[in-house]
Amino acid sequence: MGAHAHTAHADHGAGHQHHHHEESFVSKYVFSQDHKMIGKQFLVTAIIMAWIAVIMSLIFRLQLAWPNEGFAFSNFFLGDKWAPGGVLDSNMYLALVTIHGTIMVFFVLTGGLSGTFANLLIPLQVGARDMASGFINMLSYWFFFMSSVIMVCSLFVEGGPASAGWTIYPPLSALPQAMPGSGTGMTLWLVSMTLFIASSLMGGLNYVVTILNLRTKGMKMTRLPLTIWAIFLTAVLGILSFPVLLSAALLLLLDRTVGTSFYLSDIHIAGEALENTGGSPILFQHLFWFLGHPEVYIVLLPALGITSEIISTNARKPIFGYRAMIGSILAIGFLSFIVWGHHMFVTGMNPFLGSVFVFTTLLIAIPSAVKVFNYITTLWRGNIVFTPAMLFSIGLVATFIAGGLTGIILADSALDIHVHDTYFVVAHFHIVMGMSAIFGMFAGIYHWFPKMYGKMMNTKLGYAHFWVTFVCAFGVFFPMHFIGLAGAPRRYYSYTEFTMFDGVVDLNVLVTFFAITGALAQVVFTYNFFYSVFRGPKAVQNPWRSNTLEWTTPVEHLHGNWPGPIPVVHRWPYDYSKPGKPEDWVSQITPLDPDEEEH
Amino acid sequence: MTKLLILIVVVLGILAVAQLARVYELTSKLRGKREEDISPADNRMNATLMWLFPFAYFGFFLWLVLAYKDKMLPLAASTQGVETDWLMNFNWAILIVVFVITNALLFYFAGKYVFSKDRRAHWQPHDNRLELAWTIAPAIVLAVIIIYGLNSWNRITTLASPDAMRIELYARQFDWTVRYPGADGVLGATDYRLINGNNPLGIVTPQALEARLAELKLEEHATDSLLHHTVQPASKVLELEERLGYLGRMRARLVNLRNVMDQDMKANGDASAYAHGADDVVTKEFMLPVHEEVNLQIRSQDIIHSAFLPHLRVQMNAVPGMTTVIKVTPSITSDSMRTHVMKDPNFNFILLCNKICGASHYNMQLPLTVVTGNEFVAWAKEANKKPFEVPAASPAPEAALPDSAVNIVDSTSMAQAATAGH
Ligand code: HEM
Ligand SMILES: [Cu+2]
Ligand SMILES: [Cu+2]
Repeated sequence: MGAHAHTAHADHGAGHQHHHHEESFVSKYVFSQDHKMIGKQFLVTAIIMAWIAVIMSLIFRLQLAWPNEGFAFSNFFLGDKWAPGGVLDSNMYLALVTIHGTIMVFFVLTGGLSGTFANLLIPLQVGARDMASGFINMLSYWFFFMSSVIMVCSLFVEGGPASAGWTIYPPLSALPQAMPGSGTGMTLWLVSMTLFIASSLMGGLNYVVTILNLRTKGMKMTRLPLTIWAIFLTAVLGILSFPVLLSAALLLLLDRTVGTSFYLSDIHIAGEALENTGGSPILFQHLFWFLGHPEVYIVLLPALGITSEIISTNARKPIFGYRAMIGSILAIGFLSFIVWGHHMFVTGMNPFLGSVFVFTTLLIAIPSAVKVFNYITTLWRGNIVFTPAMLFSIGLVATFIAGGLTGIILADSALDIHVHDTYFVVAHFHIVMGMSAIFGMFAGIYHWFPKMYGKMMNTKLGYAHFWVTFVCAFGVFFPMHFIGLAGAPRRYYSYTEFTMFDGVVDLNVLVTFFAITGALAQVVFTYNFFYSVFRGPKAVQNPWRSNTLEWTTPVEHLHGNWPGPIPVVHRWPYDYSKPGKPEDWVSQITPLDPDEEEH
Repeated sequence: MTKLLILIVVVLGILAVAQLARVYELTSKLRGKREEDISPADNRMNATLMWLFPFAYFGFFLWLVLAYKDKMLPLAASTQGVETDWLMNFNWAILIVVFVITNALLFYFAGKYVFSKDRRAHWQPHDNRLELAWTIAPAIVLAVIIIYGLNSWNRITTLASPDAMRIELYARQFDWTVRYPGADGVLGATDYRLINGNNPLGIVTPQALEARLAELKLEEHATDSLLHHTVQPASKVLELEERLGYLGRMRARLVNLRNVMDQDMKANGDASAYAHGADDVVTKEFMLPVHEEVNLQIRSQDIIHSAFLPHLRVQMNAVPGMTTVIKVTPSITSDSMRTHVMKDPNFNFILLCNKICGASHYNMQLPLTVVTGNEFVAWAKEANKKPFEVPAASPAPEAALPDSAVNIVDSTSMAQAATAGH
């Protein structure tokens, strides 16, 4: 292929010599500094963590559907202490929802999603030999690994793991007297999250530096694939907001251990007045959500970037409004820092301040809408190839629409008064964050699997996985809107103690059936993934006929990515079906024709 | 047993799917088909499903609406709730239109423009006029939503006039207590250090304060004599010493509070917040008069809870160390709910806890009864006869524990005193 012969200047050829030296097993697979291997390590760790969180959700879904009935399944995983006779204990119920949420939000959709695709794609798509610092990148993974291990260990301590909800609001999380999970379990949660934050900061700094400094010749910012733009913004959000969570966590740790009163005041618990005065539990919520809201975009943006890339490739059509897409990511990133108060409308916050947060929050819906319209227009008059990755990307657009719209209800403070902390919120964020981000992750896995493992995943199993997952996602989360509108609070162990929700609890049975079916679909995925890693058919270099740089590297991984010099980039990544071209794709490394306009 | 069978069937099902996939893989290898080449048949199948899916999706939505519309919350039972219900419906009307249109376009396009070798996608990388249009259109719709929303928000969050009745909802793991202001119409000051079995809300009155001081003194004595007149293991000694220190500091704070109280009462007489506690009514009976605007004052003893009255569309967090307030005007009595709206003689409004607070969070409830104005007056008259009361302090052993050893300025009790009387 003519284009591939076109190479960069000599200065890009550095780092070229060390391809050939032998690597030990440990330095190749364990303490690897190669970004592709680190990406795969993040992915496999995340898949394991995701399974832990899924099994937890099945246990508490069983309790919600058939309250106070015994299940061998629950007893098998929790034993007689937490599920005597298979009946889930109510403290354990809260512990499970807490750790489920923590693992899904942080370990799967932050560490797993960003860790996998930022590592895999940044050097490959910007045209770099590796991350700016391979060593720090490796540390980032091992901190993530340690933090995962500690979080999992916390499941086995005496009082059970942290149980105050993934938002760990004090004083509940600060006082071991308040619930058993606020003892050692909570301490381990904080330690684990501290390591997690460190990991995320090391990763994020590396991503930003690599994207800014190590782009190959010709790779202007306005020629970056949208995946990279999204990952770039994600990393910036993380760098600016995770330290705030770290401070919140450290202050909480101080309140828990040395008797400070940052979050505690005027508390009488377990028959005794505490001496803490002057602190405010609300302070914690401000700090938490200052991270917490950007965090939801940290989770979502990489998924949006991935789908932008995949939808364009598989619709064989340029992403519609490339610059508008970048603009909306930037707008979302900026706005996400000034909306956190929408989680706190009913904390007694000054109503005028509440109004300001209503305004900023609803502004975010504008760039979100722009993205949706651009996705839909990209499909319009496209030439759509339904790879499993494409299906998941279209699925993401659907979940993003549904969840974005319910966000508008929640952002309207007057309405939030009666849906706050109900199942309506659970429905909203699972659809807009949980499902969208996980669909983006699946899309990315199916799309870049050939790049990661040099093998192909099975397409038919991919179809089965998508359609069952897609239907189940709505089957699980859509009815929750109705349960919430009936007034049912979230984080309730059961709804049997009063008659108010008798009319809607049968929906819980339906939801649980969908949840079980959905989980089984993930068995199909996991099987397909691991089978294909070892036995899948061998991949070709550019299976999806894609324009971006990663597909110009050989199938076999090598340190430094390109065997020769790094290719030079001549055009944006979305020249699909460009008139006057022989193929319906033009690689970024193909020079412009003499009179060709860039887009 | 049936569940186990279901499980086995499902597992076998998965294995069957996997095997089918393998067979397919082998045959396609024989035919020379590569995994990344999506066959026209596969494309068509997925395109068809893309077209079918919205029918299932909208159908499910419609079914949920029709099947459950009567099981949603009944019409709001407060003036504020009636307003937000209208706002909610207004928002839904807009959002459902957008929901249907965007989803219809998404799935229609996805199914229609399926891949064909003989066709090229339309080349159109951008169109700034379109981008502008769909930036401005949502902006206008959102502006409308914001304006209506904030209008209601302002009306709802403006507190009832200071003359309106103020009723306290007090939360702790895992129950609610209600406090009415009693005959004088004003809630008295509180301090969490006064909380004990007789005074679950820590209301500050001279008598309650003395009683609590005496109680502390008693325990101090007991601890002191354990420490000094018996032989204890070293670890126990440490524990006792710590306890003694704690009791001393607690007592010091209360002595301080007593000084503050005395001064305030001297200065303000009957207007002092400390003069209003004695007749407060502390009860588990939650009664509200219909059509009367009241302020609900919400506090917590231990951790964050949230006072949630779904039927009245009221929610406000209970935050330890802080007093939050929300106004409500009930608009339907419990009786008319029972006879006219729900047609259920057992119906009750219910106060729920809506902030995770521990093992029994799911069962932290209190029924609310809304009655007519006259009924309420009658009820309050009876209730006021049984004000909160702390038995007079049992005479504490006089001992060498001088009150004066302490002089800590306690800002919290002062602040509490300042706000409690509103
Ligand atoms: C149109 C855009 C959106 C708006 C207006 C919006 C608005 C809101 C509001 C007001 C809440 C607080 C509700 C409450 O607690 O009562 C909320 C909760 C939440 N939102 Fe959104 N949202 C939007 C999009 C998103 C996106 C894109 C994500 C994630 C990717 C997301 C994730 C979440 C999460 C995780 C929560 C719940 C947190 C918790 O309490 O545990 N939202 N949203
Ligand atoms: Cu938010
Ligand atoms: Cu609670």
